[in-house]
Amino acid sequence: MTTDEELRRLSRKVRAEVLRATTEAGSGHPGGSLSATDILVTLYWRVLRHDPKNPRWPERDRFILSKGHAAPALYTVLAERGYFPKERLRHLREHGSMLQGHPDATRTPGVEVSSGSLGNGLSVASGIASALKLDGKESRVYCLLGDGECDEGLVWEAAMFAAHRRLDNLTAIIDRNGLQIDGPTEKVVSLEPLADKWRAFNWNVICVSGHDHAKLLSALEEAKKTKGRPTAVIADTVKGKGVSFMEGVVGFHGKPCTPTELEAACKELEGD
Amino acid sequence: MSVKATRDAYGEWLVEAGKTNKDIVVVDADLAESTKTILFGKAYPDRFFDVGAAEQNLIDVAAGLAIGGKRAFASSFAYFLTGRAWDQIRNIVAHDNLNVCLVASHGGFSAAADGASHLALQDVALMRVIPNMRVVVPVDAEETRNALDAAMAAGGPFYMRLRRDKEPILQKGYRFKLGRAETMRDGSDITIAAFGPMVDASLKAAAILGERKIDARVINVHTVKPLDAETLVSAAKATGSVLTVEDHSVLGGLGGAVAEALSETYPVPVKRLGVPDVYGGSSRNSESFLKEFGLTPDQIAATAEQAAKRRR
Repeated sequence: MTTDEELRRLSRKVRAEVLRATTEAGSGHPGGSLSATDILVTLYWRVLRHDPKNPRWPERDRFILSKGHAAPALYTVLAERGYFPKERLRHLREHGSMLQGHPDATRTPGVEVSSGSLGNGLSVASGIASALKLDGKESRVYCLLGDGECDEGLVWEAAMFAAHRRLDNLTAIIDRNGLQIDGPTEKVVSLEPLADKWRAFNWNVICVSGHDHAKLLSALEEAKKTKGRPTAVIADTVKGKGVSFMEGVVGFHGKPCTPTELEAACKELEGD
Repeated sequence: MSVKATRDAYGEWLVEAGKTNKDIVVVDADLAESTKTILFGKAYPDRFFDVGAAEQNLIDVAAGLAIGGKRAFASSFAYFLTGRAWDQIRNIVAHDNLNVCLVASHGGFSAAADGASHLALQDVALMRVIPNMRVVVPVDAEETRNALDAAMAAGGPFYMRLRRDKEPILQKGYRFKLGRAETMRDGSDITIAAFGPMVDASLKAAAILGERKIDARVINVHTVKPLDAETLVSAAKATGSVLTVEDHSVLGGLGGAVAEALSETYPVPVKRLGVPDVYGGSSRNSESFLKEFGLTPDQIAATAEQAAKRRR
């Protein structure tokens, strides 16, 4: 079992790799990748039943990255877990690369469905969860959404459907970093009361820090035990988490670090 | 001549196919009575998913079921299915090449009484431009069954455009071949390429033309994508002029596809008959739309006669 200290070390490593890859690519979405990193690390090291050597293992749990712009974080986690060589991260967003700007299931092992156009993941995840139930499988489905993504009407179509079908094998995790491209979510179009919205849609709701691996883990364990309805874990996060000058800065949503910023960021994350 | 609605053939096919193939699942968006998926829903309630009036969710749930190993069929009215969920069809179903068959009822003028919001006049164009998507417009109930069998055998994403009303059965005991247009009547003076109910109208037009000593070839282009360019080019070579007939906009549908294919290989004059760049509207029967847009047998014959004069 990976210890909490190891998870923290892994998260710092993943964050540094995300920043290196996006700076090298010259574009990408570091802010929302960093806010989602602890969630992804918790899932891929402590929660998901999966086999990196056999990405299509029928008994695996499924992870869907609905906020596809956090692809650099997902790719780094997949590479760290051995789905493909880490060297591939150097080719993020390159012409013809297996690591596209947004997740591409036809190119990248470990990616269950393509994403990038927001709002689709939870709905697809509901379909997968329904298929697993039909087959009597124990596998679970986890879907990570952005909070700005919750502006999409389709998220709520899926929320209604999943609760109606009692998909208790489905867990949605909302990366509640409070910022979307045009500014704070509460200024652009307010999401609050977000937890109440999910409750009103008949979901079990757990609010938790999205940067505390142990607390995330216990929330996901509680989700697993909840029967008869799906669970939404609202993970309170910070955009750009882990790098002082990036935290809470909306500009880093879709802009990578400059080489100088990268050096400072890596120093902060990895020490000397 | 016996008559049957293509949507009825679909509903019956689903029940039959679902009996032996337990992987078949069906998703509908609150129109199960109209699309006829209700027949499957009643027979196999566990494998039937009604998502309510939510077309984007309809497509993505079908996609998820397909990712989970199922053979998914998703149905709604032709306009809603293609127009309200284009993103989901483009970015998920077709991009990931999933085993999802989009089977639409109420193509063309089927929903005439409901008016412009419901008429499906751009659906073929919307689906044709998506990579990996195959687009089929069966000519009748019999061909619908054959096309569904072919789609099951081929796998991957399909868009199939069906209609509400009873139509004559033109095809008896012939084998549908995906991507292979069928010459229904041979002729050397003009080629009439049509799909769906316009094939029957075109055959009637050809009979009228025959009385005027004009020998029309009629081709049933049931598969708009992949288009059978070979059959169309050889028809263009033989007749020197082509008329396309569709219950769809002349922009981007059958006429567009045929014109694209011929202009690059064997350019001959192509006249596109269909709905001009307008919305249509409401009508108590679809016949009046056929008259408005020149799609009755008499009108098709008249247009074909003019087109034949432009032979290359």
